[in-house]
Amino acid sequence: MIELKNVSFSYEKDRPVIRDLSFRIADGESVGLIGANGAGKSTVLKLILGLCSGQGQVLIDGEELTRENLYRIRGKLGFVLQNSDNQMFMPTVYEDMIFGPLNYGATREEADRRVDAVLDRLGLQDLKHRHNHRISGGEKRMAAIATILAMEPKAILMDEPSSALDPYNRRIVINTIRELPQTKLITSHDLDMILDTCERVILLDGGQIVADGPAEVILRDKALLEGHRMELPLRLAR
Amino acid sequence: MNKMEKALYELSEMDDLAAQRSPVHGLCPMAKLLSTIAYIIVAVSFHKYDLSGLVPMVLWPVFLFQLSGIPVRTCFYKLRIVLPLVMAVGLFNPFFDRAAMLRIGTVAVSGGVISMLTLMLKGVLCLMASFLLMATTPIDHLCAALRKLHVPGMLVTLLLLTYRYVGVMTEELAIMTEAYHLRSPGQKGIHISAWGSFLGQLLLRSMDRAEELYSSMQLRGYHEHFHYADIKPCTVRDGIYTICCVGLFLLLRLVNVAQLLGSLFVR
Ligand SMILES: Nc1ncnc2c1ncn2[C@@H]1O[C@H](COP(=O)(O)OP(=O)(O)OP(=O)(O)O)[C@@H](O)[C@H]1O
Ligand SMILES: [Mg+2]
Repeated sequence: MIELKNVSFSYEKDRPVIRDLSFRIADGESVGLIGANGAGKSTVLKLILGLCSGQGQVLIDGEELTRENLYRIRGKLGFVLQNSDNQMFMPTVYEDMIFGPLNYGATREEADRRVDAVLDRLGLQDLKHRHNHRISGGEKRMAAIATILAMEPKAILMDEPSSALDPYNRRIVINTIRELPQTKLITSHDLDMILDTCERVILLDGGQIVADGPAEVILRDKALLEGHRMELPLRLAR
Repeated sequence: MNKMEKALYELSEMDDLAAQRSPVHGLCPMAKLLSTIAYIIVAVSFHKYDLSGLVPMVLWPVFLFQLSGIPVRTCFYKLRIVLPLVMAVGLFNPFFDRAAMLRIGTVAVSGGVISMLTLMLKGVLCLMASFLLMATTPIDHLCAALRKLHVPGMLVTLLLLTYRYVGVMTEELAIMTEAYHLRSPGQKGIHISAWGSFLGQLLLRSMDRAEELYSSMQLRGYHEHFHYADIKPCTVRDGIYTICCVGLFLLLRLVNVAQLLGSLFVR
């Protein structure tokens, strides 16, 4: 579904952020992308979405991203931004949620139906008509996730979905992610969440892959994680 | 709440006002937009000495305030910054135009004073009318109506995004002033030495955010045209309202009601 072939990228000249990165994510797979701060996780997501482009190839469903197919291909991808403030731009949660579906040709009735289905599932009906800048950080994060789910994308990319959430909402998000049938690529420092939601883990350091394998194996490898400024998931540390 | 957060709150209050329910809120956006435009055109077209003819034009906003339940006080409070500017426009007229126009008792009133008052009143009336439109119609409904009137999509989107951008910038300003004050206790305002970097940072930060917001829009399929809210189609009631409004404005423009009423009593 998602494939990177020898991708390199730098924001500033002579300071590469991503170096010769290649990996493949199959349909329906859920993958955790982990690494220390500044390892390049968010940048990888941006490359996949075509928000920035460097050398190498990014393929979605076997198609290379180009200017012409950007709109169509982005309809297959849902992206939850690291900072929800930058994701929600309509006055109310409801209006934000119907924005994506309408742009991709859904009728208003269809969009309304999807919004209600997602809000019910996440238990967020109270938020529906709230003002985006009058809800708390965690509520905004939940709303941002809801916005993306309402688009019913084929693959979901999430940048730190569990940050700013209280334990209860974190659990809801984890359960929701687990139930989603879509392909998932999730970055997080919350390794317990990664362990709960992903079957495969890719560990990045300095823009390169240092490990790629089953979550159960990589997240138990204390020496590997500590060698790259990470720690064992709390659950496994005991 | 610091000053900026208050400003932000005020901004969202406009959205709240627009979301209320009343006979005026229930009218279709198109009817409100057209009648407001007609009102402004008629109000502006009054002759500069025709103060007595212009005064009855006050009736319409007053009527709308009553009907919509929006407090007049809120209007003047929100317009407190622009009102003086608009009022200042005619301030110099009395110095240029000194010919006496009429006498009240022994005091001669010059043409300049009359035209100044007319100009001020025109400004206030137009502002009130625009405020009423904004306070009774959500911004995206208004934009949808503009699109229906075939105003170019570019312009309408620009209007909408500008409206939103002001919010983003104010939000950044709120965060920055708070961060500044937490680290400079007991200081009022922002020290002049910090203004340069403060302003630069503000611009960069709000540009960064605007860019991210924009890519978030693009990721959700935004390209070129915006899906504006589905506005209610206009009904017969809306048609009648618009026609009555325009009729009333024309009547007030052509017939000097104040003089007419006066002449009934004073022979
Ligand atoms: N707009 C930018 N301009 C220049 N450099 C940038 C920009 N965005 C990120 N970087 C740099 O690129 C590198 C990778 O950033 P990225 O945001 O991908 O890291 P990350 O793995 O997501 O980190 P975090 O865990 O903190 O979110 C960092 O060293 C960062 O300083
Ligand atoms: Mg990141």
